[in-house]
Amino acid sequence: MTHTGERHFPRGTPQSGERPAPGVAPRAGLAQRVSLLGWSLVLLLGAVLGFGLLTLWITSVTVVVLWVGIPLTLLSTVLVRWFADLHRQWAADRLGEPVARPYLPTPDGGWPMRLGAILRDPATWRDWAWLVANSITGWFTYGLSFLLFLCGVFYLAYPLLFALTPPQVFRTPLGNGFRLHSVQESFAMVPLGPVFLLLWYTTAERLANLSALVIRSLLAPTAQTQLRARVAQLAASRAETVDTQAGELRRIERDLHDGAQARLVSLGMSLGLAEQLLPDDPQAVQQLLAEARASTSSALAELRDLVRGIHPPVLADRGLDGALQALALANPIPTTVVTRLPGRLPAPVESAAYFVVAEALANAIKHAQARHIQITVEFTPHPGTTAGSLTMRVSDDGRGGARPDGGTGLRGIARRLAAFDGTLTADSPPGGPTEIRMSLPCASS
Amino acid sequence: MRIVIAEDLALLREGLIRIFQANGFEVVDAVDNGPSLIRALTTHRPDVAVVDVRLPPTFTDEGLRAVIDVRKRIPGLPVVVLSQYVEQLYARELMSDRAGAVGYLLKDRVLDVGQFVAGVRQVAAGSTVMDPDVVGALLTHRSADPLLLELTPREHEVLTLMAQGRSNAAIAGRMFVSEKTVSKHSYNIFTKLGLEPSEDDNRRILAVLAYLEG
Repeated sequence: MTHTGERHFPRGTPQSGERPAPGVAPRAGLAQRVSLLGWSLVLLLGAVLGFGLLTLWITSVTVVVLWVGIPLTLLSTVLVRWFADLHRQWAADRLGEPVARPYLPTPDGGWPMRLGAILRDPATWRDWAWLVANSITGWFTYGLSFLLFLCGVFYLAYPLLFALTPPQVFRTPLGNGFRLHSVQESFAMVPLGPVFLLLWYTTAERLANLSALVIRSLLAPTAQTQLRARVAQLAASRAETVDTQAGELRRIERDLHDGAQARLVSLGMSLGLAEQLLPDDPQAVQQLLAEARASTSSALAELRDLVRGIHPPVLADRGLDGALQALALANPIPTTVVTRLPGRLPAPVESAAYFVVAEALANAIKHAQARHIQITVEFTPHPGTTAGSLTMRVSDDGRGGARPDGGTGLRGIARRLAAFDGTLTADSPPGGPTEIRMSLPCASS
Repeated sequence: MRIVIAEDLALLREGLIRIFQANGFEVVDAVDNGPSLIRALTTHRPDVAVVDVRLPPTFTDEGLRAVIDVRKRIPGLPVVVLSQYVEQLYARELMSDRAGAVGYLLKDRVLDVGQFVAGVRQVAAGSTVMDPDVVGALLTHRSADPLLLELTPREHEVLTLMAQGRSNAAIAGRMFVSEKTVSKHSYNIFTKLGLEPSEDDNRRILAVLAYLEG
């Protein structure tokens, strides 16, 4: 047995991309079972410790009225949550999928405020229930596994125990009807060892997964909590979308009013004046007509820019693929575009995808000092449906250091994506290269 | 000169008909959608066609597709494509058959009637006429090209005008120099860019555009 007895829990974030698919064991065979054995011992110690935490927590809540209980409760809550997090992490590593934290955000304010919020949070009470359940169910999952292994070792070493112990113990392993009289006879118990070890070997993984499932069922957010969080997130993204839309409309209105409309008015004036002057001053009329033509040209140029900002015509003509090719062609830095798309996507998705890629590209041109930029857009269908997700990657060989929370560029893109439940991640170490990954859920049409 | 016009907005279609008739063209057909355009071009075989990019029934780049489609069957049929927006992507597709006799212009260029009609005549004569916006974008695209940086400002100006599809005579007129000077400039440009000098206007333009597209 290679267990060191130290309390250390697995590290690494559940979001890291390098994880086995759910249900696929990262390691197979004996080594993995031995490591699980180590874990079951740790978890058993944990269950005992958890019971201690539970006692601490109950004590501190009961003395809340004595004022000293408030900091004590806060402290024990932090401890319980940390302890639960370790178990969530363990379960996530076992199950191959992250186990979310169900806690509501703690409000800023005095201790009593925080305490109220903690006591009102159902997740606090579920932690508590889990501490109780864990100290019982643990014995039937990882505890059982550990017990089977111990029994195996015990029976293998039975003759040794028989020889080393006084004549009162280890003489009736199966009750009083069966008494062992000598070491030679005690060898009859040895075959039970492999039987128990085989039982341990075959059930170790299932029992570990079972315990992970128990942990998840008690420590993951309930459906209601998840819905509540989702509603809050949707409300926030909707408010932002509405604001952005209103801002866009104001900008369009202003551009039209100050640009094209004003130019058309001046055009009308020039033409009216020309009409008036036609009989007696052809020279001036010629001048006015030239001015009118110039006004028309400027008005057209302004409208053109405005329309491009609303919905690029090439996007309407050719869809995402063609629009991105056109975008790359117009770019001063050499840009390659790779698309793997099943055909035209729904218009809102197409437009959102085009604008986020265009913004990410503009960002790269502005900040990265890159020599080459690559745009990759890929549609991955969800099996058995027409829906899927659109992944867009904009990578450059520039100087790196792009941060999603830093400049306004990437944050604006993330906001635009949030309206569609999309996400943005930036991989951009100082010195480059940079990769901005964006994803949008969508249905292909 | 026989011309076919394709434009879906009646107001603009009438305007174009009026302009071409006033300039001595014979408008053999004026259509307002893609399929009719294909029929008109294949039956009338006009000397030149002026086509709006966006046409019914799809209201996408129907006009452009129709033109490319017809020129596959009738290589080098002279066509000027008009658009509210110029896209390099479309310019490239139009010129990809290397047959010349194509124009790609912003609709705004129609406002300068004299210049526009001259451009259409050039295309009918087999030249390629590119909108200054396309050429400008191409030059920006290659702005870091060390070979282009070797050009003098005058040569740069000649290159820009050449890429728009103007003949030596037209360039000389624009720059107020003799045609001989323009010839000399263009010879220098071709040497500096490592291109094959050519007396044929159209081949020369295509070579320049191909170079600029990199």
